[in-house]
Amino acid sequence: MQTWSLVSICVLLGVVIRWGVSFNSYSGAGKPPMFGDYEAQRHWQEVTYNLPLQEWYFNTTDNELNYWGLDYPPLTAYHSWICAYIAKRINSEWVELHKSRGYESPAHKLFMRATVLIADVLIYIPAVVLYCLYLTDGSSKKKVSTMFCFLLYPGLILIDYGHFQYNGVSLGFSLWGVVALGLGWDALGSMAFCLALNYKQMELYHALPFFCYLLGKCIKLGLIGRGFVLLARIAVTVLVTFALCWLPFLSDPDRALQVVRRIFPVARGLFEDKVANAWCSLNTVIKIRSILSSDSQLYLSLACTLLAVLPSSVRLLTKPTFWQFKLALANSSLAFFLFSYQVHEKSILLAALPVCLLLSDLPLMGIWFLQASTFSMLPLFLKDGLLVPYFVTSLAFLYFSIYLLSALEHSSEEELRLRPYRRVFFCLPKVDLACVVRWKFYVSIASMAGLSIASVLLVPPPHLPDLFPVLVSTTAFLHFSGAFVYFNVVQFSGPPSKRSQKKNN
Amino acid sequence: MAAAPVVDRWSWFPALALGVSLFKCLFINAYHSTDFEVHRNWLAITHSLPVSRWYYENTSEWTLDYPPLFAWFEFGLSHVGQHFDRNMLVVENLNYASTSTVLFQRLSVIVTDLLFIFSVKECCRCVKDKKGSLNILEQPSFILTVLLLWNFGLLIVDHIHFQYNGFLFGFLLLSVAKHFQSKHLQGALLFSILLNLKHIYLYVSPAYGIYLLRSYCFTQNNKDGSVKWKSLSVLRLLALGSIVVFVCVLSFSPFIAMGQLPQILSRLFPFKRGLCHAYWAPNIWALYNLLDKSLAVLGARLKLLEEAKLPRASMTGGLVQEFEHSVLPSISPSITFICTLLAILPAVASLWRRPCGAWGFLRCLVLCALGSFMFGWHVHEKAILIPILPLSLLAVQSREDASIFLVLATTGHYSLFPLLFTPAELPIKAVLMLIFTIYSFTSLRKLHSGQASLLHPLEVVYLLGLVAMAVICEIIFPLSPWQHRLPFLPLLATSVYCSVGTCYSFLRMYAILVREREKPKQL
Repeated sequence: MQTWSLVSICVLLGVVIRWGVSFNSYSGAGKPPMFGDYEAQRHWQEVTYNLPLQEWYFNTTDNELNYWGLDYPPLTAYHSWICAYIAKRINSEWVELHKSRGYESPAHKLFMRATVLIADVLIYIPAVVLYCLYLTDGSSKKKVSTMFCFLLYPGLILIDYGHFQYNGVSLGFSLWGVVALGLGWDALGSMAFCLALNYKQMELYHALPFFCYLLGKCIKLGLIGRGFVLLARIAVTVLVTFALCWLPFLSDPDRALQVVRRIFPVARGLFEDKVANAWCSLNTVIKIRSILSSDSQLYLSLACTLLAVLPSSVRLLTKPTFWQFKLALANSSLAFFLFSYQVHEKSILLAALPVCLLLSDLPLMGIWFLQASTFSMLPLFLKDGLLVPYFVTSLAFLYFSIYLLSALEHSSEEELRLRPYRRVFFCLPKVDLACVVRWKFYVSIASMAGLSIASVLLVPPPHLPDLFPVLVSTTAFLHFSGAFVYFNVVQFSGPPSKRSQKKNN
Repeated sequence: MAAAPVVDRWSWFPALALGVSLFKCLFINAYHSTDFEVHRNWLAITHSLPVSRWYYENTSEWTLDYPPLFAWFEFGLSHVGQHFDRNMLVVENLNYASTSTVLFQRLSVIVTDLLFIFSVKECCRCVKDKKGSLNILEQPSFILTVLLLWNFGLLIVDHIHFQYNGFLFGFLLLSVAKHFQSKHLQGALLFSILLNLKHIYLYVSPAYGIYLLRSYCFTQNNKDGSVKWKSLSVLRLLALGSIVVFVCVLSFSPFIAMGQLPQILSRLFPFKRGLCHAYWAPNIWALYNLLDKSLAVLGARLKLLEEAKLPRASMTGGLVQEFEHSVLPSISPSITFICTLLAILPAVASLWRRPCGAWGFLRCLVLCALGSFMFGWHVHEKAILIPILPLSLLAVQSREDASIFLVLATTGHYSLFPLLFTPAELPIKAVLMLIFTIYSFTSLRKLHSGQASLLHPLEVVYLLGLVAMAVICEIIFPLSPWQHRLPFLPLLATSVYCSVGTCYSFLRMYAILVREREKPKQL
């Protein structure tokens, strides 16, 4: 069969699966007074459509910021405004000021779901297809398989089409940035990444690798000669993109500052809910929040994050290759997720994207991490009533990615890039590390499955109401920190050898 | 699907089967039709009422109108269902659809589909795989599995609209596979069970009857291929007969003992319904109705007919009712019966005179199903699946059948579109149809790669017309002001347009049969 038909079938399957998940409930369905992210997005449409742009980020009588006030950068606001415009034409009740608060109806749900799908089809999916067809190695069949697994990643599908958010847009822009850099279009890539950054401030997780890669490339070209021209071009592109995105807010410095204050809410504490990061996991042992002042919490997390990002960034700066760039993306986003301030469980999607990029190179580890990342959001899915789609998509992803990428067959010590660990375990020369990894994989999958089933079926003891969420987040944290170490080691252990690539074909 | 290792010849089968099963689970919360309530009601009837009341109960308008074995099947399901939600088993709870009821009923379809999956695997053993080709994507058995397991019609009819066709097709395909493996008695047993589960399969029973009689009961042929009358094996005939009688007795005897046979038969064969279903199935009668309508309108325009005298009832009025044609003679059940008989007679006769083994039987089966679809009384559009699924087997074996399959499957599947009319399901049906169509076109073309394209340019134009139809009927028309004046126009257009394709496929199937008779030694 021709590649085009396989590609189109995979893409269409991805679309159907997304739409199938969207039949399910969304966050905060029928739960007044605050509802959930679905209502937040609808409220933003209401606000942006009815209020003048100057008031979008300000607390006024018509714009109560305590009720889902706009706290994303301008591009999100513009997107909401466009959606609101369409919503108004279909049914003006959907975006009526004040009166539409908490509006829910099947038709409106259909509209909201459709906006997510349209954004995804326009931005995220084409980027995935381009990336897999042009920037991965192997036969066309392997490329299509990688693409299918990439599109099937359950975490993103469940958050966007179940819980309800527009992560496909920001991740899609950032992926466009990666694709453009991979193809050598540096200015376009930085523009795409600026768009991502202006859609969702969380994209800062990816900012350092982009910066280091481009800067490293300029340095390599020679900062006096061609490198400087490139640097100037990139700088101008970034400045112009930012200026265009912020144009309506720039006329009044106070307005721009207010947007920034809304985007970075430092007052919300080190972490909320149960997140699989270092602080929340540490909290089970030491109650940091009661020991340290909020300022020192902020500095502590900042220092830890910088320390964690530093190695991979420096390495990328000195060796700006695409392979290093992908790994640095994974490392930097994981470092931010593990150590930075005010992390949401959904932010793991930012780390999942670069790991998806590595699926064809490091299949087993990639699948393992992605599965753990989906699992880490289990409490959220249970709250939203997404149990069936969670099980279905996770099982499908696990089975098909292992089968299609032949992950378990391609798991020799070399293919897993475990050689550096050899030096650590030199005292145990007999142990087959690949085999150990495989077994760890089985045990971890079994424990995730077990914990998932237990959280659904068992009732926690009364004095430990948060038992399962804590267990889930701690388990996920262990996986994430293991993955963080692993990806850092891989980044420092040299480029992928051509021989193992050939074997993969 | 793609980069699977070639070492294990069948490793792709579980992947496809698991994939489609998980895929079906995604539609648990999708729209379901009144058939969902029909089956819930049957669960309730069989669970909470004594057997003697099953075929008399009429609290709900959806009375039990399947044969007794299906009632027993529902009875069995209800015992699992009571652990999900007891309230669904109360007859008075009309239109009851709690979350766990939906989950149970959807899962029951998905789980009983395991039989279908098994039967597909058995069918795959019957097709000859290409030797030497290492690419599994081009193996007939792989393509056949996708065409059957991922069949668009079956997915939307069973898992969105809600019915148990997959389970029933499991019996049909399994019995076909048994005939291919020369296990005729098992095949006959499976088919008689199937008949007692859903009597619509009576339409294909002539193919079974003649095939078993001719190729199983008569053990020898004359040199010219005609039947050797003396070779009749009475033992085989008796064995076959006793199997069929045994299954029917098992299923009907409790009701015969209670003297309920006439009541059951009146439920099973409700001739009170009209010639066509509310939405005309794309067959001959759709064309006939259209002709009648246009003659009536034309006559009224030209003042040849008095408008007042014409019957007012609209034929697509949305209700299942009898109606009279305005100009052309009205069609009675007996006429459709005779037409159906005439339509399948040549196929059956050819099976008798020149039996071509199991493949000839399969061809006859498809022709019977298609012929009865074309001419039958009150045919549902879903019945198009009965010819499409067995035709998939022929399609991976011969080029000619593949091209018929592409026309018939595409038009037949498109004619199922009106089943799902809710806007939320529009992307699902459009995209799923697209997936299935792209796959069947590219894979069959690759499989029969050879001289020319599988389809004649005119066929391509006709099929592309379906895309235009879809865009007009699903998107443009609902937004136009005509939507309120002529709400049934898209349905009419769809069924008429599709009936051209099904009629054409029917004629071409016969053309193959005739051609084969002329040149011996084929399939």
